[in-house]
Amino acid sequence: MNAVIGHAATLLGLLLAAFGAVAAFVAARTGEARYFAGARRAGLGVFACVAIAFATMERALITHDFSVSYVEQVGSRATPLFYTIISLWSALEGSILLWALILAAYTALLVRWSTRANAAQPADPQVPYALGTLLCVNVFFLLLISWPANPFRVLNPAPLDGPGPNALLQNSPFMGVHPPLLYTGYVGMAVPFSLAVGALLAGRLNPDWPRLIRRWTLVPWTFLSLGIVAGSWWSYEVLGWGGYWAWDPVENASFMPWLTATAFLHSVMVQERRGMLKTWTITLIVGTFLLTVLGTFLTRSGVLASVHAFTQSAIGPFFLVFLGIVLLGSLTLLAWRSDALRSEGRFDAALSRETAFVVNNLLFAAFAFVVLLGTMFPLLAEAVRGVKVSVGGPYFSEMSVPIALLLVFLAGVGPALPWRQGSLALLRGKFRWPFVAALGVGVALAVAGVRAPLALLTFVLAVFSGGLLVTEFAEATGARRRATGAGTLPALWGVATSNRRRYGGYIVHTGILVIAVGIAASATFRREDEWTIPRGATQDFGRYQIRFDSVWAVHEARRDGVVAATTVSLQGTVLTRLYPRLNYYPTAMEPIGTPALRANMREDLYLVLLAYTQDGEHATIKAIVSPLVGWIWLGGGIVGLGALFALWPARKRDPPTPAAAAVVTRERRAREAVGR
Amino acid sequence: MTWRRWAIPVSGVPLLALLAYGLTQDARTIPSPLPGKAAPDFALVTLSGDSVRLRDLAGQVVLVNFWASWCLACRGEHHVLLDAARRYRDQGLRIVGVVYDDSRENASQWMAERGGDWPNGLDLGSHTAIQYGLFGVPETFFVGRDGRIAYKQIGPLDSAVVDRWVPRLLAATPGASNLPTVGESPGYVRTSPDFPTATGTVRRP
Repeated sequence: MNAVIGHAATLLGLLLAAFGAVAAFVAARTGEARYFAGARRAGLGVFACVAIAFATMERALITHDFSVSYVEQVGSRATPLFYTIISLWSALEGSILLWALILAAYTALLVRWSTRANAAQPADPQVPYALGTLLCVNVFFLLLISWPANPFRVLNPAPLDGPGPNALLQNSPFMGVHPPLLYTGYVGMAVPFSLAVGALLAGRLNPDWPRLIRRWTLVPWTFLSLGIVAGSWWSYEVLGWGGYWAWDPVENASFMPWLTATAFLHSVMVQERRGMLKTWTITLIVGTFLLTVLGTFLTRSGVLASVHAFTQSAIGPFFLVFLGIVLLGSLTLLAWRSDALRSEGRFDAALSRETAFVVNNLLFAAFAFVVLLGTMFPLLAEAVRGVKVSVGGPYFSEMSVPIALLLVFLAGVGPALPWRQGSLALLRGKFRWPFVAALGVGVALAVAGVRAPLALLTFVLAVFSGGLLVTEFAEATGARRRATGAGTLPALWGVATSNRRRYGGYIVHTGILVIAVGIAASATFRREDEWTIPRGATQDFGRYQIRFDSVWAVHEARRDGVVAATTVSLQGTVLTRLYPRLNYYPTAMEPIGTPALRANMREDLYLVLLAYTQDGEHATIKAIVSPLVGWIWLGGGIVGLGALFALWPARKRDPPTPAAAAVVTRERRAREAVGR
Repeated sequence: MTWRRWAIPVSGVPLLALLAYGLTQDARTIPSPLPGKAAPDFALVTLSGDSVRLRDLAGQVVLVNFWASWCLACRGEHHVLLDAARRYRDQGLRIVGVVYDDSRENASQWMAERGGDWPNGLDLGSHTAIQYGLFGVPETFFVGRDGRIAYKQIGPLDSAVVDRWVPRLLAATPGASNLPTVGESPGYVRTSPDFPTATGTVRRP
């Protein structure tokens, strides 16, 4: 029954999406309102259908309806409810169903917004073109789950039980967090892409276009950022290698669109302020979507070997055709329409924020290219020379570290530069204290014995950029205090909320700096060791003493486990007890470890149980110390907060009273005075 | 649109061609030059202090088993080796262990606990592992009477694999080809995806 309902809902959604796409394009060509109304209704209908399909699959999973093919693949009566619910996206077909659901939800949001936009400008063809494009993307994904990746095939007779989800995917609750976040970011890039295609097809850009598309990009960008950080955290907590990033093709697939989307969020500001970089900006957003499709193709079709790849499937050719249509179609559109996107402004001075943005964009584009090349190189080498190669961490690290360092530098310098033209005198004033602080930190660290040059450079640059960002907040707050007589905190809040986009952006920059410091420290100063320890014996590890107390087995419905108890002391004082364990799943050939952590902002102590003797007298334990690794997750949180702050709708303002206008003028004067 | 403009969309075609080519390949297969070739010779000091040399076993069927005491999957396959030794020794099967990236004490203790009287050479510096293109442990090479590698098992052995290859190799006379004819792909081996798991079964960091 579930299989029939789910499949029927998918097929109906597919029909509605196809109908809506046609209606939207007709509406754009003819300008007839009733076609557009039909397309909008179809868009909402698609969402309703996919939501029903999704809910049906959840019901089938929870009620263990093994007559549904996907439940037979990932379900098991022994799996706890939480993991059963999230097992929906633990294999290929279900992950595409989740994908389709998120896409349909974005479509419904675009419909809601387009109703308002259309009421404001009924004759504008951009919006119906955009909706039609987005519905075409819906058609593709619904086609996948109604045919080659159909999760609703009927099994008759139905088996009595299933294997449960992949063992690695039911070993940590992060499975419930990382994929939905990442998909919400990844799939959401289809909306700005559709808006860009809509603008290209219509042949013009509305004046408020940059503002609009920026918002539609910032939402998925935020989810993508959080998804990437959550994925790194998961990898760190569950895989037992103490690392968080391995330049695996699927990680790269999520990182490349993040890079181009970040470049886009910056270049669109230049477009908004100065009317420049229009073609480049639109290329970036089209490229971002292309990279999401390419990434999905690479990792879901079995073209590249990856930790994250699902089993071989038949969707590869479908994806290739889709990618071909999107790639060739959007490149043709860009070539055809680029005349309509001529720049209005031009560069006034080398020392200006525009220049900083252009450098930033070049760096992000170079970064994305480096990652793309490294990811695709194995395929290229095999096609050209017939050899199997793998591109490992060293390539990516060597290529990306210099770019990342420059970006860390720009994260503070860019915001400090004024639009149009900056003067050296102004910069000297702004740079003084951050420079002193960075120099001080650098000298202090060098004296304290930090000898790694790259890490030291990262810390110094991060302090410098962080200092510049603090200066931005401090100057504006000071000006507001002088103008209004408010206290420091209310003035700071007033400044930040007066321009949420700008100060939200600075908060995001701060988060990125925190992440950079965390990566540099944990990658450079990580220590690890492993020993076979007799029961009751203590092993020294740096500042810590680790005592192996005992080891025992636990039996759970879905798995067996072996837990080692250890006592961790620091210079003789007992800190904590840690319980690293190994889990044995019936479907996994090898045990899957759950490391135990003692985490704080200074450093993490990470214990992995590698092996044990049957009599419990010995255990082999690996210990890792990662300094400042927690800063990466903290920085991810700051990035999320900053983006949320920037996205938060500004309060509807009353027209400014003369008194309020006077305050604004006084503030501006005060700031100019400080700048001078 | 001028012809020069068309160059922009056309630039996407090579990428698509490359991806289409990729679809025809299986990313999980790793070519191994070894099956069908002569097994590289090695001379190692064993855990008991003697020496073991592959060339000395010429004309016999040998299982060269790479393992380490830190490797959990090796623990799982050990009974398969014991079983193979028990069943096929009289017919002439020899087993040679190669201890990979491990200490003499740990490896000796491991063998003492688990049994097995075949020689285990300590591969200091991992030269033998490199010569054999070791992907990780455990890995087992089935060497025929002609000194050629007939099959390479990546990951733990199981009895079915032993029973498929060992009788065939024992039955062959030196000089005849041990290579499979149908059903097996001699030049390629399939691997399971390598997760950076706690147990380090596939690759030790």
